Amino acid sequence: MAVLAAHDLRKFYGGEEVVAGVNFGIASGECFGLLGPNGAGKTTTLRLCLGLTDPDGGSVELMQRPVPGEARPARARVGVVPQMDNLDPDFTVSENLLVYGRYFGLSERAIRERIPELLGFAGLTARARSRIQTLSGGMKRRLTLARALINDPDLLFMDEPTTGLDPQARHLIWERLKQLLAGGKTIVLTTHFMEEAERLCARLAIMDRGRFITEGSPRELILRHIEPHVIEVHGDGVAHWADGDAVRLASRLEKSGDTVFCYAADPAPLLASLANQGELRYLHRPANLEDVFLKLTGRELRD
Amino acid sequence: MHIFAPPSMSLRFVPVWRRNLLVWRKLAIPSILGNLADPLIYVLGLGYGLGSMLPEVGGVPYIAFLAAGMVCSSTMNSATFEAMYSAFSRMHVQRTWDAIMNAPLDLDDVVLAELAWAASKSVLSGVAILAVVWLLGLSGSVLSLWVIALLPLIGLTFGALALAVTAMARSYDFFMYYFTLLITPMNLLCGVFFPVEQLPATFQAIAAFLPLTHAVAIARPLLLGQIPPDAVLHALVLLAYAAAGFYAATVLFRRRLLK
Repeated sequence: MAVLAAHDLRKFYGGEEVVAGVNFGIASGECFGLLGPNGAGKTTTLRLCLGLTDPDGGSVELMQRPVPGEARPARARVGVVPQMDNLDPDFTVSENLLVYGRYFGLSERAIRERIPELLGFAGLTARARSRIQTLSGGMKRRLTLARALINDPDLLFMDEPTTGLDPQARHLIWERLKQLLAGGKTIVLTTHFMEEAERLCARLAIMDRGRFITEGSPRELILRHIEPHVIEVHGDGVAHWADGDAVRLASRLEKSGDTVFCYAADPAPLLASLANQGELRYLHRPANLEDVFLKLTGRELRD
Repeated sequence: MHIFAPPSMSLRFVPVWRRNLLVWRKLAIPSILGNLADPLIYVLGLGYGLGSMLPEVGGVPYIAFLAAGMVCSSTMNSATFEAMYSAFSRMHVQRTWDAIMNAPLDLDDVVLAELAWAASKSVLSGVAILAVVWLLGLSGSVLSLWVIALLPLIGLTFGALALAVTAMARSYDFFMYYFTLLITPMNLLCGVFFPVEQLPATFQAIAAFLPLTHAVAIARPLLLGQIPPDAVLHALVLLAYAAAGFYAATVLFRRRLLK
């Protein structure tokens, strides 16, 4: 059963089509990742799905309700973790949850019963009465996640949930998201972190310039778009080596700054060649989602 | 939703209003004292200082005349500050509105909550000054109780106008224009410190269009124990400003935030 579906979704800003005919359906219990460089249209797509802005074309159904027409009741079954922290700085940790629960029309009693459970989930039980300013970045994110769960939603939207967090904090968030998925929640997340997408998402789409350019499981995308082996080479004389053996032995080459990325189905000939190149340093690794992402969206900066 | 559609009015605004109340409660005492200090200095300083040099103004001691003006003026100021600086912080700096709109509430609910809250807070400061006016014995009439009913209307009027300004603001600096071009002139032209009739005809004509004039025209007679002439007309002018300001604010906020 689809909890979210978009058909030919379009949005223009100042003559530019930032969402350019997007189609997708998300089934209950799934974790769907939306990847893309800055400005690809990810956040706008989420805003359209939540009914926070009207589409210029196409349609959205959220929790079986047409959006934006019935966006409000649909959002009653949804939780959102926004990209920018917007916790209430004037309140304590528990007050943030209490006030947010009221926005959903929940009874005071129901909210107060739920708060200890959510604080436990977020690892913030000891900080219930702390002010927001005293929390670390990771704690704030966890509280934002707890806040998004106040209405026990079926579907969670997460816009770059771990951006700006240290590895410990990031792993804790991933751990909690897996727990939620195991509990049957559906998650839609946007991210820049390929590792995050590979760990969490059963299915993902890469978005660029307002379009979905590919879609599938992380494994499928790697198989479909990229050679299985990558050798990253750098050091003095790498340009010379790249123009010689590398071009001949790799199925594809990419240069980025002083590093040459060699993609190949069979890495053995390249490794043999590199063994004779004393000045070159290299790293041999399996291809990953980041390679797919960079191949499809290019290596140039997006600001 | 069409951006020019009439604002949707529903009780969904209440939890957002309660949010602002909860913040206020944490700072209630300093907030009330802060709101009280400024008008009180005016009433006492000008009222006794300047008042001692004046014969009666409008048939009463100057301090009693001034008190009515200050009740209106500080209610206006309180609603204006709340709907500009505080609402702008919540919308733009803290992104509180974004968080609220991810819940099953719409922008219209948030704007209505901000208006209701600005009006509520201004009523609190209006009542505080009114209490001082009573304590000082500047108004002994039972009719003055009716001013309490007028305060929400003043709060709604100036809260709504200020929200429309907030909807256009890119930074806090923008609010200076509104203060310089409207709030300060209103404080000086609308009969707060002296009767409008003292002004040249042109300024009197301008004053007749400004909402604060109409608030003062109701409040002053009530505080002095008279039934205000044309009270309904003045109230309708305030209501019209409130409605126009609220509609403009709603449309401008939609244009700004729902694009």
